[in-house]
Amino acid sequence: MKLTLKIWRQKNNNSKGEFKTYVHDHVSPDMSFLEMLDVLNEGLVKKGEEPVHFDHDCREGICGMCSLYINGRPHGPLQTTTCQLHMRSFKDGETITIEPWRAAAFPVVKDLVVDRSAFDRIQQAGGYVSVNTGGVPDGNAIPVPKKVADEAMDAAACIGCGACVAACKNASAMLFVSAKVSQYALLPQGQPERKERVEKMVAQMDEEGFGACTNTKACEAECPKSIKITNIARMNREYYSSMFTNYEVTVSGGGD
Amino acid sequence: MALDSKIPEGSLAEKWSKHKFNLKLVNPANKRKYDVIVVGTGLAGASAAASLGELGYNVKAFCFQDSPRRAHSIAAQGGINAAKNYQNDGDSVYRLFYDTIKGGDYRAREANVHRLAEVSVNIIDQCVAQGVPFAREYGGTLANRSFGGAQVSRTFYARGQTGQQLLLGAYSALNRQIANGKVKMYNRTEMLDVVVVDGKARGIVTRDLVTGKIESHSAHAVLLCTGGYGNVFFLSTNAKGSNVTAAWRAHKKGAFFANPCFTQIHPTCIPVSGDHQSKLTLMSESLRNDGRVWVPREAKKGLKAKDAASIPEADRDYFLERKYPSFGNLVPRDVASRNAKYVCDEGRGVGATGLAVFLDFADAIKRDGRAVIEAKYGNLFDMYKQITGDDPYTMPMMIYPAVHYTMGGLWVDYNLMTTVPGLYALGECNFSDHGANRLGASALMQGLADGYFVIPYTLGDYLATIGWKDKVDINHPAFAESIKSVTDRQEKLLSIKGKKTVDQLHRELGLTMWEYCGMSRSESGLKKAKQIIQDIKKEFWTNVNVLGSGNELNMELEKANRVADFIELGELMVDDALNRTESCGGHFREESQMDGEALRNDKDFFYVSAWEYKGEGEQQALHKDPLVYEFVKPSQRSYK
Repeated sequence: MKLTLKIWRQKNNNSKGEFKTYVHDHVSPDMSFLEMLDVLNEGLVKKGEEPVHFDHDCREGICGMCSLYINGRPHGPLQTTTCQLHMRSFKDGETITIEPWRAAAFPVVKDLVVDRSAFDRIQQAGGYVSVNTGGVPDGNAIPVPKKVADEAMDAAACIGCGACVAACKNASAMLFVSAKVSQYALLPQGQPERKERVEKMVAQMDEEGFGACTNTKACEAECPKSIKITNIARMNREYYSSMFTNYEVTVSGGGD
Repeated sequence: MALDSKIPEGSLAEKWSKHKFNLKLVNPANKRKYDVIVVGTGLAGASAAASLGELGYNVKAFCFQDSPRRAHSIAAQGGINAAKNYQNDGDSVYRLFYDTIKGGDYRAREANVHRLAEVSVNIIDQCVAQGVPFAREYGGTLANRSFGGAQVSRTFYARGQTGQQLLLGAYSALNRQIANGKVKMYNRTEMLDVVVVDGKARGIVTRDLVTGKIESHSAHAVLLCTGGYGNVFFLSTNAKGSNVTAAWRAHKKGAFFANPCFTQIHPTCIPVSGDHQSKLTLMSESLRNDGRVWVPREAKKGLKAKDAASIPEADRDYFLERKYPSFGNLVPRDVASRNAKYVCDEGRGVGATGLAVFLDFADAIKRDGRAVIEAKYGNLFDMYKQITGDDPYTMPMMIYPAVHYTMGGLWVDYNLMTTVPGLYALGECNFSDHGANRLGASALMQGLADGYFVIPYTLGDYLATIGWKDKVDINHPAFAESIKSVTDRQEKLLSIKGKKTVDQLHRELGLTMWEYCGMSRSESGLKKAKQIIQDIKKEFWTNVNVLGSGNELNMELEKANRVADFIELGELMVDDALNRTESCGGHFREESQMDGEALRNDKDFFYVSAWEYKGEGEQQALHKDPLVYEFVKPSQRSYK
């Protein structure tokens, strides 16, 4: 296959980027999209040109590190991660436009690499159950209905790639945040901190500069792990019910 | 120097509990006076950093990825073993211990493995409490399955994404400590050296991968949780970034490297499709619970999966079921891998390259219905279809063995301390628990055992012994020296400006390792490999082309740094394989066999090889750490 690639090149966060065009005629339909870029890069290095930087790691569709906005869609034409996208999804002679994730909360680091540490900070705000190592009950002490465990697993399958943000015209992170909120809201282990968790995570999400959700469902359509928009509905419900019912208790001082 | 494994006295079941009592404790009020560095944030690193932060130590954690959640533990599919005996099918701590020792072909330490089996039950409880959504039965209890060679159902799982869910659990605990200010996290930061002063590990030197800044970090102890070195083969199931650099630099600073030639070949990977191949994708071996492995009785060159149905039942060779009737398709990984290689070597392999065997679900779908198979393996089937374009619901999968895990690693004692005091190795990075071959669903168990339940105890003993005043500041000249050597090496890499890319040289190394130091090894092949690797090393340092500069995000430079270390490691692996003239675990030594099956040699090789770095270009020194078996009598493995 022979392809024309229009790739976003940007030296670093402080410099202005631009599209550069490359003709790539060593493409096999069995290559993954990232392997296609590997081959391009190998050719660039041999010519003494700096290779295109892009994030990737596991190449199994699970680590969430790869990204790329391909022909106007996060992770390209299929509902999968870029590393699992293969060139058989493209036509010989096609022009492919490759951009980084576009969102104010995901600043460009270099070329196609963006900084997604905002996601980490949202998780740090409350995406956990406050248990220390040791001193926990037996795994079977609290039964969890199978369908609840399954639904929690559906939400927990999120890989934190950020495609939902890239797909959204508002650059909203609601699908990502709601997946984590849902996992813990569903499971019995998440109950003690249920209300504080959703409040803190939503507050951090807003702090990071992600937009609001206007229910266009682009996130759900593009999510490589099929995270459902019903999670957003659940998060909204969790959030409002917490706003109405949550209260603080003033703790009186020490023991003896 | 004599190696002291520090195995405690006493009966097997009492060793760990007695040892815990004998370990010194750090006073709760003093814990905040100690700094600990954790390198790597996979299962071992994230769980260690979180647990140590909870105890009150000041932790600095480092990962080269953009987030700790990306660590390659995330890709483990199948499950995690634990001796819960929830299924009432005869499991026990002793049985898990025994299976692991036997599965490791009697090359692991008894005491370490028993401890692993003991704490396995705590791991499940811990993960459940964190909100890990394990698979459940309708009554709400945890579900189990039998996995890779086990005759009891002791494997806990979260669909085909168990590693992901366990890692996200550990990541959540880590996040909580980051928010609490007890862990300071450094993303996109790679460790390039360990700093040793007065014989103790005092800190590390790192490179900020975005700015290129090279920095010093000092601490009372350094924990390496940096995973395995399977990428020495270029093609493996490891993530592209997985590397040996941290462990190798530690090795050069005095940490012995144990059993480097012990690598695990996983039987169920998607076969290679062409020269562009950048990595191999594992299909969980849980698939072997329902899939039947076969090739045609007579060679059928280029047989495609979609034409498999045309081969009548009588003309199929279900070779694992035929040769190993009691274990069938569930034989251990090495046996399954080696037999797949044999049938392909006989020319009976399938697919375009002839380097593949079928894994067929037709009978399982007929027996249980498509819905049941979909519920068990849906995501794996989807992934397979995505990569190959073939639909495993209507035709068999094609699989072939690939490098998956490395049992070798930094030598550690019972406390997980390397030969450098204050320097620890946890998880896949160390060598201790899997012997010559790891059982399925045991890697996750070991990573979390080390991080959650071993290091919080054993590290305290060291810290209490040295005291909080025994720390070296980053202004110590040893840090400056280390920064200089790291910087010099980087400048050298950037100045060669040769003709070959880093990937080209890495591929050459990988092919050599796979050919001569993979599933099957011989003296002549290994000697040849040693020469080739030395040539690759020479060429690398004179003809590699690394563009760009050191003070920016430069992924070619990162790769070059790692590949340079892989080349040196490759040579040590070959040395180790040359020394071990026995077949054990996944390592078939052609000179040591009986009736075509691997022949172990306990008389001459009942030891851990621990290699000591002797300087650039020098032959490394072999130290033998004897394996002492007090409780299990080693026998030749038989799965017939």
